[in-house]
Amino acid sequence: MNNAANAEKRESPAGPPCNIAVAGLGGQAVLPAADIIAGWGLRAGYDVKKSEIKGMSQRGGSVACDVRFGAQIHSPMVPVGEADYLLVLEATQVEPNRHVLRSGGVTIEPSLVDADKLPQKKALNVALLGALSAHLSMTEQQWLDAVGSAFAPKFLEANRQAFMLGRASRNKSGERQRATVGGKRA
Amino acid sequence: MLSGDEAIALAGWHANVALGTGYPGTPSTEILENFAKLGGRAQWSPNEKVALEVAIGAAFGGARAMATMKHVGLNVAADPLFTVAYTGVAGALVIISADDPGMHSSQNEQDNRRYAVAAGVPMLEPSDSQEAYDFLRAAIEISERWKIPVLLRATTRVCHSCSLVQPRSQRDIAQEASFVRDVKGRVMVPGYARLAHRRLRQKLSEMTEWNEECALNRVVAGGKSLGIITSGISFMHAREAAPEASVLKLGFTHPLPMRAISRFAASVERCVVIEEGDPYLVEAIRAAGIQVSGKPEMYRFGELDVARVRRILRADTSPEPAPPPGKPPQLCEACPYRVVFDAFRRLNCIVAGDIGCYTLGALKPFEAMDSCVCMGASVGVGLGLRHVLPPDQASRVVSVIGDSTFIHSGISGLMEMAYNPPPNGHVVIILDNSTTAMTGHQEHPGTGRNLSHEPTSKVVLEDMARACGIRRVQVIEPRSGSDTFEQALREALESGELAVLIARRPCVLIARELKEYEQRCQCGEKGEPCGAAV
Repeated sequence: MNNAANAEKRESPAGPPCNIAVAGLGGQAVLPAADIIAGWGLRAGYDVKKSEIKGMSQRGGSVACDVRFGAQIHSPMVPVGEADYLLVLEATQVEPNRHVLRSGGVTIEPSLVDADKLPQKKALNVALLGALSAHLSMTEQQWLDAVGSAFAPKFLEANRQAFMLGRASRNKSGERQRATVGGKRA
Repeated sequence: MLSGDEAIALAGWHANVALGTGYPGTPSTEILENFAKLGGRAQWSPNEKVALEVAIGAAFGGARAMATMKHVGLNVAADPLFTVAYTGVAGALVIISADDPGMHSSQNEQDNRRYAVAAGVPMLEPSDSQEAYDFLRAAIEISERWKIPVLLRATTRVCHSCSLVQPRSQRDIAQEASFVRDVKGRVMVPGYARLAHRRLRQKLSEMTEWNEECALNRVVAGGKSLGIITSGISFMHAREAAPEASVLKLGFTHPLPMRAISRFAASVERCVVIEEGDPYLVEAIRAAGIQVSGKPEMYRFGELDVARVRRILRADTSPEPAPPPGKPPQLCEACPYRVVFDAFRRLNCIVAGDIGCYTLGALKPFEAMDSCVCMGASVGVGLGLRHVLPPDQASRVVSVIGDSTFIHSGISGLMEMAYNPPPNGHVVIILDNSTTAMTGHQEHPGTGRNLSHEPTSKVVLEDMARACGIRRVQVIEPRSGSDTFEQALREALESGELAVLIARRPCVLIARELKEYEQRCQCGEKGEPCGAAV
């Protein structure tokens, strides 16, 4: 079975929570990315919790934020080894955060997106959110609404392009993930 | 969806709190910032002691007041706390302590639930944003009913986690502030304080009785084989780790409802106390003769989470996997204070440091800080080193402190320096970046702007240093590629005098905002620049 499909099974209102860990470095807008994910969860009618550690966030250190949604969420923190998705905004932060993923969980990382095709460099976050969106069940319009409401209207078109670019990278993400998990099993 | 801090701010606004005071400190800072944005009257004080005292005054005047601070801030405010417990208040007073288990951005992980016991004040512990909202409202009601200050104790994962909040439908009507003379009640000379202490214990005993039936505590019914007693964020972890267990969730955690606890413990086969930090609940419950088990000592350290609660329930004391190291924060690339730490290194200084972003000077590549204890400690610690070290070492000792920290509690150190000067002098370096940078750029009395960034009176650091009796006071703009600062430091060290060097350059992260603030206060009525802009 495709591991991405396996991850999707976790996202149902009655089932266990869907756990998404977002990681990056200070100044990379990790927290706004997590806010958008939380916004999607709310629009889709889930109970949502988000937990962030941001004390030194503007000083370039590691920043991490957990988002969980489902029928009822208790702890705001994604338990280590139980993240369904790990969204990383900075290539160097993939390894330090990989341990939060459950077996078969999906990593969404910058290499999934062709940076040259981005309308602007800063739109990488939105493109990665697009890549994440391809794994979850909310409609394209729900996601675009959440992205749109998070930024000034003048960035709407650039963000839409970036989002769709990321969303189209889904197959690539699934392949990469299979390879990673296969490697671990060996 | 609100963070715990935002929920407390909203509750303060809905409760018509007349005045919110505090000193910035992660994870408490956003409470007052959001309270001000909602329209509440919010003020940063020079430090937590002053903040609490101002709030006490407001509550003596019959108003509703709240004071916010991080856990270590309550150490600074402990003096007024212990005695306002005796005096009580005429209006309402809520002290919000935001603890930081795991030390995400703090110098220790003290558990401030101990303060509720030590000072004899009631304590509420919310476990999510909804409770942060509800419990602030409840804290005000309890404060008004018993005329007593209430401690609302939150933690990082309550303050900085977001969840859904359903606020009450209407704002309370503002209480009319009015002074009523009560000399015996408010003037704590021994004769009156002896009576006040008895009154306090009487209130606590009435509250204990009330807490036995209080809706702030609740039982989540589950199986009989496992019962969990818990409070705060630990409740959330416990519910997830053991969904089948019965849970006694305590919201009002001092004074404790021991009969309710005893009933719950007797209703289950095995009863475990799940709490973060110190074994506060488990010790109190056992002291009352109730059979419960607690957590192994290893779980006193750091935060709890779902995995750790599972381990506690299994009594698993095997070593925990260490998470891979992340990237530590650093002084910003363009931070003007990098040259200061370069100079300390080159001159082989012994550096008594302080609390702020500049504490990062202790890490690579500088490794130019030798101590960091608490807010303002750099000055006193530097002086102590100067007093006892042999001259070749003593003459290399410096104290380094930020502008906000200097205002907070460095000024008293400077008075000590002039009053008890070390034989070979001392050098204090104040890094004046015109903001409280570490906590997210809050104003302080040295910036000349209030919490909402509007102009107000300004403490001029060099004037303050001279007023304390320091004659060698120098203001230097640190610039990369220039050795002006290093030169001035070398001369000050060689002079053997008492010296204050103010390295002044605004934080690079707020350059744009600073320009805005300054323009804003220049467009006053007659277009004349106001004091704050000069």
